[in-house]
Amino acid sequence: MDMTPAIPAGEARRARLGAALLSGPILRRATLDAFAKLDPRRLVRNPVIFVTEVVAILVTVLTIRALVLGQPWTFQAGIALWLWLTVLFATFAEAVAEGRGRAQAESLRRARTETRAKLLLRGDDRSLWQPRAATALRIGDLVLVEAGDLVPSDGEVVEGIASVNEAAVTGESAPVIRESGGDRSAVTGGTLVVSDWIVVRITAAPGSTFLDRMISLVEGAARQKTPNEIALDILLAGMTIIFLIAVASLVGLASWNGQPPSVAVLAALLVTLIPTTIGGLLSAIGIAGMDRLVRFNVLATSGRAVEAAGDVDVLLLDKTGTITLGNRQAAGFIPIPGVTEREVAEAAVLSSLADETPEGRSILAFARERQGIAAPVIPEGSCVIPFTAQTRISGLDLSGGSYRKGAVDALLRSLGGEAPPALREAVDRIARAGGTPLAVAKDGRLLGAIELKDIVKTGMRARFDALRRMGIRTVMVTGDNRLTAAAIAAEAGVADFIAEATPEDKLAYIRHAQAEGRLVAMAGDGTNDAPALAQADVGLAMQTGTQAAREAGNMVDLDSDPTKLIEVVEIGKQLLITRGALTTFSIANDVAKYFAILPAIFVASYPELGALNVMALASPESAILSAVIFNALIIVALVPLALRGVRYVPAGAAALLRRNLLIYGIGGIVAPFIGIKIIDVALQILGIA
Amino acid sequence: MTLIGWAQIALVLAAIVAAAIPLARYIAAVAAGRVTFLAPLERAIYAAGGIDPARGMGWKAYTLAMLAANLAGFLVLYAILRLQGVLPFNPQGFDGVSPWLAFNTAISFVTNTNWQAYSGEATMSYLSQMAGLSVQNFLSAATGIALALALCRAFAAGGLKDLGNFWADFVRMALYLLLPLSVVVGLAFVAMGMPQTLAAYAEATTLEGATRTIPLGPAAFQIAIKHLGTNGGGFFGANSAHPFEGPSALAASLQIWSQQVIPFALALTFGRIVRDIRQGWALLAVMLVVVVAGTWIVYAAEAGGNPLHLAAGVDPAMGNMEGKEVRFGLALDALFVATTTGASCGAVNLMHDSLMPLGGLVPLFLIQLGEVLPGGVGSGLYGMIVFVLLAVFVAGLMVGRTPEYLGKKVQAREIKLAMLAVLVLPAAILGFTAVSVVLPVAMSSIQEKGPHGLTEMLYAYTSAAGNNGSAFGGLAADTPWMNTTLGIAMALGRFAYIVPMMAIAGSIAAKPKLAASTGTFPTHGPLFVGLLAGVILILGGLQFMPALALGPVAEHFVLAAGKTF
Repeated sequence: MDMTPAIPAGEARRARLGAALLSGPILRRATLDAFAKLDPRRLVRNPVIFVTEVVAILVTVLTIRALVLGQPWTFQAGIALWLWLTVLFATFAEAVAEGRGRAQAESLRRARTETRAKLLLRGDDRSLWQPRAATALRIGDLVLVEAGDLVPSDGEVVEGIASVNEAAVTGESAPVIRESGGDRSAVTGGTLVVSDWIVVRITAAPGSTFLDRMISLVEGAARQKTPNEIALDILLAGMTIIFLIAVASLVGLASWNGQPPSVAVLAALLVTLIPTTIGGLLSAIGIAGMDRLVRFNVLATSGRAVEAAGDVDVLLLDKTGTITLGNRQAAGFIPIPGVTEREVAEAAVLSSLADETPEGRSILAFARERQGIAAPVIPEGSCVIPFTAQTRISGLDLSGGSYRKGAVDALLRSLGGEAPPALREAVDRIARAGGTPLAVAKDGRLLGAIELKDIVKTGMRARFDALRRMGIRTVMVTGDNRLTAAAIAAEAGVADFIAEATPEDKLAYIRHAQAEGRLVAMAGDGTNDAPALAQADVGLAMQTGTQAAREAGNMVDLDSDPTKLIEVVEIGKQLLITRGALTTFSIANDVAKYFAILPAIFVASYPELGALNVMALASPESAILSAVIFNALIIVALVPLALRGVRYVPAGAAALLRRNLLIYGIGGIVAPFIGIKIIDVALQILGIA
Repeated sequence: MTLIGWAQIALVLAAIVAAAIPLARYIAAVAAGRVTFLAPLERAIYAAGGIDPARGMGWKAYTLAMLAANLAGFLVLYAILRLQGVLPFNPQGFDGVSPWLAFNTAISFVTNTNWQAYSGEATMSYLSQMAGLSVQNFLSAATGIALALALCRAFAAGGLKDLGNFWADFVRMALYLLLPLSVVVGLAFVAMGMPQTLAAYAEATTLEGATRTIPLGPAAFQIAIKHLGTNGGGFFGANSAHPFEGPSALAASLQIWSQQVIPFALALTFGRIVRDIRQGWALLAVMLVVVVAGTWIVYAAEAGGNPLHLAAGVDPAMGNMEGKEVRFGLALDALFVATTTGASCGAVNLMHDSLMPLGGLVPLFLIQLGEVLPGGVGSGLYGMIVFVLLAVFVAGLMVGRTPEYLGKKVQAREIKLAMLAVLVLPAAILGFTAVSVVLPVAMSSIQEKGPHGLTEMLYAYTSAAGNNGSAFGGLAADTPWMNTTLGIAMALGRFAYIVPMMAIAGSIAAKPKLAASTGTFPTHGPLFVGLLAGVILILGGLQFMPALALGPVAEHFVLAAGKTF
């Protein structure tokens, strides 16, 4: 049995999060891969670059012919060289993007080392097992996993409880509890049981486990083109055909009055006009987008899901743990007339000394912070009344008095009597504001109320504001009653809420929103979340959740932090924006290239067309070569942007459009004028062309 | 350029936009079947054709019905032209039209191109003009509007199965829109001095005592639909430059108004059908901005005059008056040139061949941009929407969502079809031109040497494929090669564009309509207007730059250098 702890994989991944974009080994490997990708059978998937390669081959052949025939060949050779470099830079961009994923996949693969499973021969007898290779397990097999064993494959705990180190997949080395029943029953192949034992029913066939999927995802092996990518590919292919027509027709048009341009010149014109920049970077952008998610510890089952995240209009967020801190906390002491706030606080502290619930502890913390009351040690000889779910009261009987606190109705019943009007009023006010009131009594006399409330996580309001600016509605889902839900929703700044929510309510809300033409994203972990996760356009399942939830969602968050749904949306948007921006830039570039190449091509027939040479490029040859070189270099120059993604600032569509049109549209028109001129000057200085 | 000239231009454009607003509302009402003042006639037509106007058609049924109607129209027109020698209403006793020319002319009028390789007064009998060409003027215009309505409806709601009924749209547009407008405009033209008679040509004795034949005919009403339907085929060979077809500056202004008002109104009708009038105004704004820009270039180029003439001592204040009618003036001429080519009309009231190189570049480029500014009746709008889809797709990604237009996602299928449609113009224009300037049988049609000769050929195929129909002139077009290839170019430009466009309509119609939010790409307002104009210029125009550089641009610089060929 392989006992290698599977910790390094995940932690290594985390450590790399902040690492440099491009490291030496990745670049070396990518350079080799870039050459391997020149194979036309592989390149044909990318029509723009494929056409570039065909043209490069053609010009190369013509250069060799000229060389053999003793004709002038240097200009042709220069064009051929830079056409090849254009193709290479494009394949290099893809190779770099893949390389970063591959490094991660290799560390993951180490966790998937060959494991031996303890296959149970009879489901009800843990002592009868035989060893079996993990790869030979079938769906439905029952296996025993004991302390020190690796979980052999994905499955559901059907018996027992164990603590499991899931660092192999989550990068988080603190063990988590896995037990049968409930929402924490899923285990993942490759994770390590560190104590106790569990019986697991296998739910994944060999080769399609979570870890397998993760490896193929980060490697890009399972990568299929996403819908938007396919559409963009078609646009680029169409533009390539249009420019092919335009360039091919020049053979006829230019011979009307003079000689048609040489093949090398036409090749240069064609390659500079077709959208090589975006064509060369398109797949790198897609791979890098998935990669960003993985680095963020979120796994998407497909690129389609990542794109869908960018389209989301409605975010369904659970209140507890996502919008608010997990538990209610003390937020106020309200005395009745004739009692001071400090007296209430002191009574609350003493009656909560033995209350180990988070609420009880929050009362002590709040009293210390608000009134400076340090919690005393429980004196000898005092009698502790612990909090129970039945009594809903806790307290302390000291020699100096008896202190009680608890749910208002429970305490009133135990004291036997009516609540003073002032207390009744305070209790109502707390409830209306979305809080939970507790009553405090000393020696059988009511002193006042404690206000417990949900505390909205810091910064959530600002994030919801940002989402609103992006045009996304946030909806809070909670089991609280309407009154409480409305108050918290108002405090957190969400647009809507579902109170007293059942899983059916969630599903119905999603269906309704979708019928109105909205795309919905939600996060969930429980089995009863699964239908809603499946119905939502983007379902982010928590790694700690059940197998059913993980199957239903199209993304899994390895950190099990539902708040990350917001970042997932931003990553989706960033991916689409990067594609759109570079497409716009690529197309806008053509204007300047015309001004470089057209006068150069036609100046022999019409010297007067030299007037169009607004960049004052030195010679026709230099102008053409400069345009081709710019066209190649811009791909390399934009690789970091393609991998990193365009900077995304949450904002409305109008503001985003204005900003990106200015940078990538207008910038795309202006930049090549400058770039081509600089290259032309450099060529002159170097004495080339 | 003069202030008074610009005032004329502004006045005509203002009259167009002012009329387009109520007309858009009216067209939307007609399209919805709410206009019924000719109901008995309409019902009789449906009964005769066995048509149920309430039956919805999917995109395929709609397109097939349209193709059937157009094929029938082509065959009838071809037969009339070939047989006119034995048919009535032929006072001049013209023979039947030759097969090549009849093929070319029939396609030309069915496709709303109205390219004329003939001179009306010397070729066509009154029957051919009225029952053949005029009828097709109505039908091709009604076809275009019907198709545009089908595309508009696709955006109106989610999950649509049908796009309306082609026959109902076709009949209603002809009956309630084109016919009444033609009557009104035709009467106005008669009042302005255009002939409307079935009498034979008049014989007149000139002051020198020579005998002249003065062609007459049922011209005024045919000229009305010629402009209203953006057909452009002149009754007389000289088109609107002929004194009977363009008698005054006022008539020229009304012609400009007529050839713009429906395309502009349809943009607003689109806004009404999709229940967001701002969308219509955005499209109208793009159309208007480019038309004004085109007018400005033509006006400036012509007002600047020909450097060779100026060097010979011509008064610079005259501008370039070669090939122009003095009764119109340069400002109206410039507006006419930009609108007739921007609108796919193709009527001319001056000789485009005689424009300055840059003045000639504008009509050429406006057609090459796809006839969407504002384009032909109906065809301008559907062409514009195809560009909108491309603009929304390219730039829409930049707001971080799957691109959508009016709540309909723009995805691979739409892009594939839009690219197929957009491919038609460059393939037909550049392909045929490149072949025709090297093929001896075609080269012989060209009159001029140097870049101007290339422009003549380029213009012919541009005009044909763009379904514009205006002639640059200087080209012998009535040859078998030119008649055939131009006919093919016209058919491609019309139908090879329509079929993918209608497939887009079918695909868009079936999609759910997504709700808009602040995250939705805004498709109204100045930013989008600028973006759309930019996309039309770059995606629609860049591929023609090399050809234009060799034609009018080269000619401009060569002429500036004082060189001739």
